[in-house]
Formats: sequence, C-alpha cells, structure tokens
Amino acid sequence: MLWQALTLQLGYNATLVTLGAAMLGMAAGATGTFLYLSKRALVSDAISHATLPGVVLGFMAMVAIGGDGRFLPGLMLGSAVSAGLGLLAVTWLTTRTRLAEDAAIGAVLSVFFGFGIVLLTVVQVMDSGRQAGLETFLLGATAGMLWNEAMLIAGGGALVLALVVLLRRPMSLVAFDPGYAMGQGISLRAVELAMMGLALAITVVGLKVVGLVLIVALLIIPPVAARFWSERVGAVVAIAGLIGGLSGYAGAAISATAPALPTGPIIVLAAFGLFVLSLLLAPGRGVLAAALRHLRFQRRVHLRQGLLALATGQPVYEPLTLRLMRRAGLVRADGVATEEGRAMAARARRDERRWQILRSDPEFEAAAARYDGLTPLGEVLTADQIAAVDQGLRPEGAV
Amino acid sequence: MGADFVMLSLTPLLIGIAAAVACALPGNFLLLRRQALIGDAISHVVLPGIVVAFLLTGVVAALPMMLGAGAAALVAVVLIEVIRRLGRIEPGAAMGVVFTAMFAGGVLLLEQSATSGVHLDVQHALYGNLESLIWLDGYGWAALLDPDALRALPPELPRMAAVMLGVVIFTGVMWRALVISTFDEGFARSMGLPVQALSLSLIVVAAIAAVAAFDAVGSIIVIAMFICPPAAARMMTNRMGAQVAWSVGFAVLSAVSGYVLAGYGPLWLGYDSAVSAAGMIATVSGVILGLAALAGPCRTGGDAQASGAFS
Repeated sequence: MLWQALTLQLGYNATLVTLGAAMLGMAAGATGTFLYLSKRALVSDAISHATLPGVVLGFMAMVAIGGDGRFLPGLMLGSAVSAGLGLLAVTWLTTRTRLAEDAAIGAVLSVFFGFGIVLLTVVQVMDSGRQAGLETFLLGATAGMLWNEAMLIAGGGALVLALVVLLRRPMSLVAFDPGYAMGQGISLRAVELAMMGLALAITVVGLKVVGLVLIVALLIIPPVAARFWSERVGAVVAIAGLIGGLSGYAGAAISATAPALPTGPIIVLAAFGLFVLSLLLAPGRGVLAAALRHLRFQRRVHLRQGLLALATGQPVYEPLTLRLMRRAGLVRADGVATEEGRAMAARARRDERRWQILRSDPEFEAAAARYDGLTPLGEVLTADQIAAVDQGLRPEGAV
Repeated sequence: MGADFVMLSLTPLLIGIAAAVACALPGNFLLLRRQALIGDAISHVVLPGIVVAFLLTGVVAALPMMLGAGAAALVAVVLIEVIRRLGRIEPGAAMGVVFTAMFAGGVLLLEQSATSGVHLDVQHALYGNLESLIWLDGYGWAALLDPDALRALPPELPRMAAVMLGVVIFTGVMWRALVISTFDEGFARSMGLPVQALSLSLIVVAAIAAVAAFDAVGSIIVIAMFICPPAAARMMTNRMGAQVAWSVGFAVLSAVSGYVLAGYGPLWLGYDSAVSAAGMIATVSGVILGLAALAGPCRTGGDAQASGAFS
C-alpha cells in the first residue's frame, strides 16, 4: 500500500494530490529560504493563522449569495484578504508603535485565530455549516479533494516557484545586505513586499493540504535543513525546494494510505525527518562531520605528542596515544619505539625545533602566527626558507 | 443573575479570569525580554506530552497530563537549544522547527488514538471548552458557603486559582530582581543577581501558567493573554509597576467581556446559540490592544523611555 502510494499507483486523484503537494512543498521551501535568511521566518506564522477569519467569512459570503460554501478559489480569496490584513497589522504594530516584531506576530496570530474560531462556531450552527468541514482547514486534508482543486494547488505552487526563481537576485541581496541592495537601486520596500506576498501566496495555496496551523512548518523547516548543506544562496534555495518537495510528496502519499494519517502533520513530520538527517549527516555543518573532524584532530594531537615524547626518550603512558602509535606501527606492544617510530620521532623533533627558531625570529612573524603545535613546517614555508631556518639549528646541547 | 448564573457562568468566568491573569503577569516580562512568542511555542509543544500521558495512563486526568506537558516542554527547550548550538541556527527559526514538528507529532498521535473512542481532540487543544466547565451543584449564591456543593466545583477552578496565586507570589517576591534583570542585564549581574537562574525561573513559571491554562481553556487564550494585555499596557505607561497593573486590568476585562459577549452577545442579536468563549476572549484582547495602539499615551515610546522604569 505504502509502496503503491509512493509510486503513484493509488488512482488518478491520489496521484494528482501527491504531485500537487510536491509542487507546493517545493515552492514553500524556496520561498521560505528568503524569509529565513532575512530572519523573519516567524512572520509567516502570523500570516498563516490570520487566514482563518477569511476562510470562514469567505464561506459565509458564498453561502449568503446562494453558492457552494466550499468553493476553494472563494475560500482562498477570503483567506488571502484576511492574511493580508494580518500582515498589515504586524507591519503597522512594528513600525508605528513601540512593540517589537515578535510581540506583534504573537498578538496578530492569536487575535486573528481567536476571531476565526468565533466565526467558526457561528458557521457550525448555520444550516449549511454542519457539513462544511471547515475544520479541515486547521490541519489539512486531501481526502476527497476534487480534480480542479488539486490542479489549483499545483498550479499555484508552480506560479510561486516561478516568481521565486525570477526574483531570487534582488531578494537574496536584500536578505544579506540591505544597505548594498539600496545602493544598487533596489527598492527595499518593494522586495520586502514581494517576499511577504510570496509567503502569503504559498500559505493560501497550501491551506487545504497542510492546514493553517502547520503550513508555517513548510516555510521554516526546509530552509533550515538546507542551510546545513551549503553556504551559497542559490544552492540553499534549490535544496530547500528539493526538501520541501520531497516532504510534500512523501507526506501526501503516506497520508493517502490510511484515514487516521492527517496530511498536514505527516508532511511536517516528513520535513522534520529530512531536517534531522541534514543535522546529522550534512558535510561541513552536520553533527557527524563535526564529530569526525574532532576525532581526527584529537588523533593528530595525540600522535604528535607521542612522537615528541619518543624523541626526547620519555616513556608514553597515555593509553589512547599508545594505542594510536601501536596501530601506526611506531611502537611495539611493550612501548619501545620501532625503527620507523624513531625516524618519525626525530623528524617531529626537528620540526618542533625549527618552529622554535621561527617563532623567535621577527623576520618570520607572519608564518609564526600559524603555529599550533601540529602543522608541519613544510606547509608554511618553502624549501629555501626552511634551509634558512636550519642555519640556526645547532646540535642539541651545543651553545 | 441568580442560580443560573452561579451554575453556568460563575465558574467558567472565574477560570477565565485566573487563566488570563496567570498568563498576563509573566507575559509582561517576556514581552520586554523579546521572548513574547514563548507562550505560542509552549502551547504547541505540550500537545504531544499530553497525548502521550493520556495514552500511557488511559485516563483524562489532570496530574499525568500536567506531567506529560511539563516533560514535553522540557524536551522542546532541550531540542531548541541543541539545534541552535549544533546547527548555528537563529533562535526564531530553531523554535519554529521544533514547535511545528512537535505539534504535528501530537496531532498524529491524537488521530491515531482517536479511533479508540477518546474524547480528547485537536479542537479541544486549540480552543478548549471553557463553556463546559460548569458547576452543576451551584444552586445559587448560597452554594458558595456550602461545603458539599463546593466539593463538586470543576477541578480546573481550584487548580487555575492556585497557579494564578503562585504566579502572583512569584512576581511579587522576585519583583525587583526581575525588573532589574529585564531592563539591564549587565547591571543586574554586577549587583550579583543570578541572571541566568532568574531568566530560567521566569520561563518555568510561564510554562506552568501556560500548561494549566492550556488544560482549562485551550491554547488560543494562552497565546493571546501572554501577549495582548501586556502589549496594550505597554502603550499606556512607561513605568513597569503601572504596566503590570494595566495588563492585569486588561486581562480581566478581556476575560469577563469576552465571556459575556460569547455567551450573551448572540442572544442580544437574536440568535439562540453561543459562540466560542475562548475565541471571543482573544478577540476582545485584540480589540483592546488595537485601541491602545491607536490612542495609548505611550504608544510610540521615544521620550521618557527609561524614566521611572524601576519604580
């Protein structure tokens, strides 16, 4: 069943929904990257919660004019309007009053959502409200989704993605260096508006699938995960899109296999799983890579100290050092140095003494700054320079 | 305003007030410390804890659920810290990752267990059921003096009242230290105040208030009350003591008028059913904040920012 779902064999509609969710995830991941880079990721939380009154009012309005209250484009329009008002309220509270942005976000989020809940209880007692199922907008549901709804979601996602690709240069400039961007003649306000507009669009598009409580996760988790893999904006955007798309795809597919697997939470958990993988496995910033780096460094320090001890004829007691040296064939099991060990120890000793001279000679000041007790001198100086240093070397003990 | 009121409205009203005040008090400090979204995060992350506690014990009881919620909050704090440190990620985003993922996990657990006939659902977690916390034995005002009737009070009331009292005592006892460390951490440290411990204890107190309120009235009130009354109070005054007083006033006003509007508002308009009290309380607090932001005497800060901050 799961395999069938993942290979799109659960029927036409499920396939469409899965592909729509994948497109949505890609667009959300790419959009979210710019919010994350400009440190405004949580603004999307306010936007998404602020959609609720609009969804319910849209429903009421459509019922009032005698239409089907569940007509998705109408609900989307309503949610876009109220999310836009929420965004305006956040901006207004932040710029016109003394409140910080986090307080403004929290205030807008809770008040709009609370008002939406009030409206929701009003709808629930309306005649047409009982079967409205507006609660599915809280946590998202793909069961029973219509063909044109899935197309709307996939199309909306594709449109947002295209806009992100189109606007990526000005948006990354503004995210990293607003001053420079302004000097380049880019309007900060316009770009910021575009960024927030895209976040709003993706929220509205994703409401039906992921639900308004959790859609913010699709804007936050993929970029944070992608950040582990690369230091370049373009790559982070692409990877975030990939992670978002994978989460959407896998989440929608898994959720289609059983009724008790709500789509929104499954998509979010899939994204979180990819995040944990990134945290652990990414090269460079990942935990595993950092642990390996640490281990390698530790070994180098121990080996070096062991060799220096051998060179001065001191016994080595430290168990890790002994083990490492034995494994490298530098000492025998009883701790006595092998031929190779003695040779390497002598080289290490010579290197150390060259460093000593280097560090006492102001001429080599720049090179001396790189002394960490580990780096072989050959990496810092040319052969000629080493020869010059060697002129200062005297046999040990000589004055 | 007779027996009906005591039976149906008195206890939800009192619980609402206690929850609002318990959240608004620590909210004042969190707001000034730029940690306003902690209430939001806590009320999301406790969901899996509560569900797991329920799945383990099999009963909807207060103590295991509070313990579960506490454990979940602890897990969240550790996770946020780990992600922040290991990944060098800014705290806002780290928080966003953790609270959405934990909430999603909680919802999934809930949906998985819902098939076995449980009356614990996502709607309850989001907007509680303040209206259902009625006092069936409250036959009239005289019942307030009747020990038998008092024993049948909904357990949320004494619990929420105790938490509110605890929060009030904490705020009162730690007042000077909290104020100083909130406004000038460096100065507080030079005075020998344990700044880290204070910050942690503030968050623990906020978490206790949030979990207790979450259990009684749902997460919307928690988030709204942590932020809206203190934020509105901040527009009214530059003095910390006055700000806290204003915020408590606003919290009580929101709770009372929100509850009344939700319960009786539709009746006045000619409809016969009430709307969500939790949602209405949050809405009213938002209206108060909006009015304060439009007309509050200190809405833009600027002048006299620091004057009298310590009084």
